[in-house]
Amino acid sequence: MTVLELTAAVFGGSLLAGLIGSLTGLGGGIIITPLLALVLGVDIHYAIGASLVSVIATSSGAAAAYVKEGLSNIRIGMFMEIATTIGAVLGASLALHIATSAIAVIFGLVLLYSAYLSSRSHDIQTAGDQPDRTARFLEFDSNYPTARGLESYHVRHIAAGSSVMFGAGVLSGLLGIGSGALKVIGMDEVMRIPFRVSTTTSNFMIGVTAAASVGLYLKRGYIDPGLGMPVVLGVLAGSFAGARIFERMKTGVLRTVFGLVIAVLAVEMIYHGLTGRI
Amino acid sequence: MTNRPDRWSDHHIESVMGDLLRAGVLLSAAIVMLGGVIYLIHQGNTAPDYGVFRGEPPNLQTVTGIVADALRLSGRGIIQLGLLVLIATPVARVVFAVFAFSAQRDWLYVLVSAIVLGVLTFSLRGGIG
Repeated sequence: MTVLELTAAVFGGSLLAGLIGSLTGLGGGIIITPLLALVLGVDIHYAIGASLVSVIATSSGAAAAYVKEGLSNIRIGMFMEIATTIGAVLGASLALHIATSAIAVIFGLVLLYSAYLSSRSHDIQTAGDQPDRTARFLEFDSNYPTARGLESYHVRHIAAGSSVMFGAGVLSGLLGIGSGALKVIGMDEVMRIPFRVSTTTSNFMIGVTAAASVGLYLKRGYIDPGLGMPVVLGVLAGSFAGARIFERMKTGVLRTVFGLVIAVLAVEMIYHGLTGRI
Repeated sequence: MTNRPDRWSDHHIESVMGDLLRAGVLLSAAIVMLGGVIYLIHQGNTAPDYGVFRGEPPNLQTVTGIVADALRLSGRGIIQLGLLVLIATPVARVVFAVFAFSAQRDWLYVLVSAIVLGVLTFSLRGGIG
């Protein structure tokens, strides 16, 4: 295979990952690394580096649209970024010191959990109505536009939420993923922030979280331009196209298919990790 | 939300952040694409070797090295510069947040943004050792 052929293959795969990621709202970053490592035989360090950069691209591109709609809460985002960035630096340091086979197994387990999350239906949470003193001090309580006009919400369980964010940061730095699903759980289920606000604020935080670990990867030569180029351009093109058709498509079937793909990749990653082939 | 000067309302801050992020991503994509074309013209027919991790040469690991490489119009150097612009985009957003919150006199969030900026700076300098 020549550089040109590999570039085309990586671009095609990343395009698909970006497209499906934005259509399902699950983010395409999670399948970039398995795709590069399992299908194209790229060393997992290079794969994680490329994935991390693509995560910054998609989250910044999408956040640009969301923050303008007034959906994301920039104060919650900024505050939680303290936990996610510290976690990300630790996760990236960890990735540099543990065996690649261990990274593959952890990656597989996280993929399995994501597949489970994507199969689970989301029940609508009622936002907590009792004001929380910490939330008030941190100016977290706000409102967001809905079909019925502006609705206000109160935030709670900030310490527990921050812990989940820290964990999301560690996984992001360790595996080169956005950890969007875990961030949403921290905000939506733990802190009782409305789902729409949680998903957009999570997206807002993903770029900064990834940037916090990418420095360590760059310094140690994990960021390769030959792979970064097709991955970033492919994922960006895919997610822009996905955002265009988002409104007109039923994503139920797609989510199920994507969940199955993730599950298969998970088993492959764990198998390759355990047999020391990665 | 308390009353704040109109010019630095939360909505205004969010809107500027949105523009900043979009501009960063578009600029980065344009640079990466330019570098990609040069790279593929010069090295498209060579055999890639990503099966074993060796790490990038030192000139593609540091900001000064990458800029010097890009100025020599090396395809890989220009791509790496584009990726650097992409990495700088969320960092620029945090820098902007420090200024925007201080214009709002929201010192708590000036502090919060400064802490995040501190962690980012630590990482971009390569972490510990």
